[in-house]
Amino acid sequence: MTATHTSAPKVPAPNVKQFTVKVKRQDKPDSTPYWDEFVVPYQPNLNVIIVLQWIAANPITTAGKEVAPVAWEAACLEEVCGSCTVNINGRARQACSTLIDVLLAEGPVVELAPLTKFPVIRDLAVDRQRMFDSLIAIKAWVPIDGTHALGQGPKESPPNQETRYALSRCMTCGCCLEACPQYTLDNSFIGAAAISQARYFNMHGTGKTLSDHRLTVLEGPGGITDCGNSQNCVKVCPKEIPLTESIASIGRQTTVHAIGKFFTGK
Amino acid sequence: MANSKPRVIVVGGGLAGLSATVKIAESGVPVDLFSMVPVKRSHSVCAQGGINASNEVARQQGYSEWMHVDETLYGGDFLQHQPPVYDMCHEAPKIIALLDRMGVPFNRTPEGNHDLRMFGGSLFKRTHFAGATTGQQLLYALDEQTRRHEAEGKVKKYEFWEFLWPVLDDSGVCKGIVAQDMRSMEIRAFRADAVIMATGGCGMVYGKSTMSVICTGGAAARCFQAGAWLGNPEMIQVHPTAIPGEDKCRLMSESARGEGGRVWVPRKKNDPRGPGEIPENERWYFLEEKYPKYGNLVPRDIATRELFFICQQGYGVGGGRMVYLDVSQLPMETKRKLAGILEIYEKFIGENPYEVAMRIFPAVHYSMGGMYTTYTGKPDGKGMVPGAPNNMSTNIPGLYAFGEVNYQYHGANRLGANALLNCIFDGLFNGPSVVNYVRDVVKAPADHTPSGAFDAIVSQEEGRMRRLLESKGTVNPYKLHARLGDEMTDACTVVREEGRLKQALENVRNMREEFKGVRLTDTGMWTNQNLSFARAVGDMLLYGEAIVLGALERRESRGAHYRIDYQDRNDEKFLKTTVAKFNPVTNSVRLEYEEVPLPLLQPRSRTYGAVETKAEKTAEAPATVAGKA
Repeated sequence: MTATHTSAPKVPAPNVKQFTVKVKRQDKPDSTPYWDEFVVPYQPNLNVIIVLQWIAANPITTAGKEVAPVAWEAACLEEVCGSCTVNINGRARQACSTLIDVLLAEGPVVELAPLTKFPVIRDLAVDRQRMFDSLIAIKAWVPIDGTHALGQGPKESPPNQETRYALSRCMTCGCCLEACPQYTLDNSFIGAAAISQARYFNMHGTGKTLSDHRLTVLEGPGGITDCGNSQNCVKVCPKEIPLTESIASIGRQTTVHAIGKFFTGK
Repeated sequence: MANSKPRVIVVGGGLAGLSATVKIAESGVPVDLFSMVPVKRSHSVCAQGGINASNEVARQQGYSEWMHVDETLYGGDFLQHQPPVYDMCHEAPKIIALLDRMGVPFNRTPEGNHDLRMFGGSLFKRTHFAGATTGQQLLYALDEQTRRHEAEGKVKKYEFWEFLWPVLDDSGVCKGIVAQDMRSMEIRAFRADAVIMATGGCGMVYGKSTMSVICTGGAAARCFQAGAWLGNPEMIQVHPTAIPGEDKCRLMSESARGEGGRVWVPRKKNDPRGPGEIPENERWYFLEEKYPKYGNLVPRDIATRELFFICQQGYGVGGGRMVYLDVSQLPMETKRKLAGILEIYEKFIGENPYEVAMRIFPAVHYSMGGMYTTYTGKPDGKGMVPGAPNNMSTNIPGLYAFGEVNYQYHGANRLGANALLNCIFDGLFNGPSVVNYVRDVVKAPADHTPSGAFDAIVSQEEGRMRRLLESKGTVNPYKLHARLGDEMTDACTVVREEGRLKQALENVRNMREEFKGVRLTDTGMWTNQNLSFARAVGDMLLYGEAIVLGALERRESRGAHYRIDYQDRNDEKFLKTTVAKFNPVTNSVRLEYEEVPLPLLQPRSRTYGAVETKAEKTAEAPATVAGKA
């Protein structure tokens, strides 16, 4: 577990009354993107969601044109549901936990654009179904016998639990895939999130009974060998999940698995 | 004729919806699962602290399932029905074992058993947890099992679909729903032999709460307008410890106090010093002083009022509406168990709670009330008849309510870490009741219902949408929603009073009139979130009216419902369920009252051992005393 014990330095409040927000918009999946610009009044403790809510209630561009509110995905607003991943000033992150003070310390304009590795639905909303499909592909579940009362689950050591807990916090937000040079809109690379989930389930007493399936999938096309080891994923993960450790672990597991298959002929 | 090919619709993919889905799919009945968001993003992820269940360690110290029942009823101020609580608490240990088998990474002791933590309203450690993100871990486990059934073809997900209305046949039996694809905006009907509403709470009625933006109460309000009743809508939990924000109030889990975190204010009003500079003897641990037995772990309604009043008396940090929640003195090992919430505080406030006391204030958090449901009790009151087809059925046959949207289990105040339990219990224990209903009770399968019933609701909803799209009014739905939130928060949260409630009722009714003049700035037919939000505002206004009316007419104080003009609990008049019914002719809410049966436990006075305290009372606070002298 990577508990942070030192705060990010508090950014001084900028000396502005208002600031400019540029939003990359796209009306439909197949239409041409364009930019709208809004001027938003400054107040302390703003985050990107508050700005989008303000624009929804006041959808007038700097050119004075009334436009449709920006479409975006959001749910929990406390960085635990994974909905609101957006490219903010060129970096994929959660709109809810990205503070305007921090952005204004970087520059006077806040720029919002949809993720580029997923098909755009509208404006900042994209279709991340491929991430959920990947979880089906690797059978990301523990194959229990059913929900009847069949007694306790396996005991677990605290270190094993701590590792699994860190992995289990993946909220399928897509930051790691957006940052990955190997993952693209139209290839088949499964990416860091699903690889890390494979490691998570392979660490569980009952979950590992499906590890043969998971490793076979990850040895195949779009699997672990497509990873270019850029290590971008781990740098952008908002939950600080040790994704590169997971990739290394699955790399070792697939190697052992492949050798096993070679010798047993299975 | 038995129903040979039954189907069930589940609306909502949080803990209640997913546990119902898994249980029903496993029994061989296919499930269509509807959700406005990918189910993995449901609001259950926000639950932090844990899930209650009696366990071996607590048992050997004198705890039991029965004590869990007692605590829950005492915590709820005896307003809830007792048989469902009896079952929930007795099933809890089995539910924990199942979650364990599903792979939930519960915290462990050195030997590998479950670690446990203290929680509000109990003197025993009986709360199981996974860090401080327990809801997220539980939801993911059920999401994974649901995905497994989806892969096997037993569950069909309709994600990014919004529930609009239930469909009833000629005899008033629920036969499906009408829903809208939130991307293509297509409105269509879906047939089912039973529908389970698992749509969560209604925090957005208050504008800002600890709830997710999808928790509008809109789905419940729509069922209400279609004839389903509400139970105790006025019972809204205000959580004592949250971080106020412009977009939402972020929860600081009760687990912070469960692990030893302390709530305090400076003994000296308007003390200009930072928390770290104020010595121990000049801090007022007002909860610990007043409640020596429970300390910081009194139930939420009580803690919230104490915090609220202390700030009202001017003892809040800097004289404002803030108190300190302090975990800085705890050992690092303990703080690590809280990392999930401490990082939220750090990210959003920019201060390090490992070293500096957090500043918090109460916020709307949970709806104890919700859709009214019934059940078949055992003759001795010790639980429900398992599998009885009407368990957690609304007054509309075939329409069920599970989880937070169900008014059962928590009465006038919910105990911390009973919500995750209630949601999963509903799905696992009452899911089979729905299976029995669709297999044995349904005489005319939904496939045979004439299509007219479905077409009528589809055109009703297309009409409602068209009116919004074509409106030439001037009312901005976002601004109207903000006003509703301000009014509800001001009139109907911690302290309630006759005159203010009457005024709020009138204001909310006027806002419902104003709603007719709502104008959209997006009139397109692709991913129109403006439409979805505006429509929900109309439903939230009605739900708000039911909350205010319930609060106005309940002239007593009970649990979270505190009337400054009626400060005592009045069992004779109000040990009753508020049953709210909608009158479509007058377009208004009317209330009836229903006795709460007491088969297991008689109400007792609810003090949690309070004693009198004052800031000046302790000799260790000379500054204040001297100042006054």
